[in-house]
Amino acid sequence: MKSAPALAEGFPDLSGMRIAREPHWFRWLSAALIVLVLALIVRAFAGGQIEWSYVSRFLTAKVILEGIVNTMVMAVLAMALGIFLGVVVAIMRLSPNPVLKTVAAGYTWLFRGTPLILQLLLWFNLALVFPTIGIPGLWSARAVDVMTPFLAALLGLGINQGAYTSEVMRAGMLSVDIGQYEAAQAIGMGRLRALRRIVLPQAMRVVIPPLGNEFIGMVKATSLASVIQYPELLHNAENIYYANSRVIELLIVAGLWYLLVVSILTPLQMLLERRFARGTLQFAR
Amino acid sequence: MTKPLVAIRSVAKNFGEFQALKSVTLDVWPGEVMCLIGASGSGKTTLLRCINQLAAIDSGGIWLDGELLGVREQGGRLHRLTEREIGRQRLKTGMVFQRFNLFPHKTALENITEGPLQVQGRKSDEVRAEAIELLRRVGLSAKADSYPAQLSGGQQQRVAIARALAMKPMLMLFDEPTSALDPELVGEVLAVMKELARSGMTMMVVTHELGFAREVADRVVYMDQGAIIEQGRASDVLGAPREERTRAFLSAVI
Repeated sequence: MKSAPALAEGFPDLSGMRIAREPHWFRWLSAALIVLVLALIVRAFAGGQIEWSYVSRFLTAKVILEGIVNTMVMAVLAMALGIFLGVVVAIMRLSPNPVLKTVAAGYTWLFRGTPLILQLLLWFNLALVFPTIGIPGLWSARAVDVMTPFLAALLGLGINQGAYTSEVMRAGMLSVDIGQYEAAQAIGMGRLRALRRIVLPQAMRVVIPPLGNEFIGMVKATSLASVIQYPELLHNAENIYYANSRVIELLIVAGLWYLLVVSILTPLQMLLERRFARGTLQFAR
Repeated sequence: MTKPLVAIRSVAKNFGEFQALKSVTLDVWPGEVMCLIGASGSGKTTLLRCINQLAAIDSGGIWLDGELLGVREQGGRLHRLTEREIGRQRLKTGMVFQRFNLFPHKTALENITEGPLQVQGRKSDEVRAEAIELLRRVGLSAKADSYPAQLSGGQQQRVAIARALAMKPMLMLFDEPTSALDPELVGEVLAVMKELARSGMTMMVVTHELGFAREVADRVVYMDQGAIIEQGRASDVLGAPREERTRAFLSAVI
């Protein structure tokens, strides 16, 4: 065996030398500028026509707390309805059956194609179209009694959400390798069982970040239900400022609550992501 | 007289303009180990997928264990079976894929028990005990609780074989089981397959491992352009091919 040739000259030994810290002048300068601008904004608000005592007084007022509870109840229920519809519609969309496919595409087209606030108003005013609703001969009721603000908001928000969620779910299912369907079929599973046991659990990992996005959107979209008298956070805040004219103070109260709720939701989403990351290298035990 | 386990008669399958199978006729006998060789696109994988009904044939018929697959003859016409009936027919075959296709969100043990528990609805203690025995058989007792991502390719493919065996199939189909493996991992998978062949399992193996075919196969079938060109004992087809095309293929491969 030949021995390796002698090493070339002119390449000094760098072992043991440290890499020097950069001063990062620009970072310091820009951070200082941002702090300055923030301080100016705070000063402007502190000296502006805002009675901060009203903000702190109404932050925990009973009506506001009821509003936030109603907001969360509606967001959770409407999102649950939206996810249920979304999964069903996505499965229909990916089915080989052309009737199911067309119905699913039509649903998405209709409810994604019109403004949410318009849909809420339509549901709430359903009584104008159908004064009485029910099953002929069995049961009937006046539509105004049935279509409460709660039900109208739930249907409007949930069905609209379903149209968006179906596309998120469809993307998730398409992201699962075709070999997974085949392996599931090869052990005798039918389409629906393969979807439930094999494909959806894997799709969940992909759809949770966009679904988290959608849920945060839903929390804020419930505020649109204020136009149909559903007593959620914004609606209650408005009712207070109609009485005491502290418009900005109460909007700040509502804004702080929305921010708080969304801040709590983000870490919850991370827990959920961890749960569905089973088997991926990142979180493997 | 014994009957063939698989009887394939004049089977054709097209993908659009492309004729994947042109009138293939073949019998597979109980206990036989058959290796299908040929260039990619020759139809050997398609033939396996048709037997497992992952692909539906366009004409001809395949009988498995005496039962016509995928369709029912009634009043001089063929009627497609329901998905449930096709699922029931699939239980007689086990499939091992080139890319393993283990369920990544389930452990090795859960991959094996999924079918018996969910599809066959069998008792969990019994299924678990069998799965542990199957893992021992493929040499992976220590990996029961590992997820596929924590296993090497060879280990994943051995789990996939155990998963297929857990359904107690009459016929095992292998679709290029070692083609996606690093060279040093091929041997461990082939060893499991050899053991399975010795145990008397009927096997159809699409493979490029001619050494395995020579050693284990009762019959080697050479396919080209969707047709069977030559078949016979491994030593004849691989050692002294009669057809010019077989000779050309073998000299290109070796």
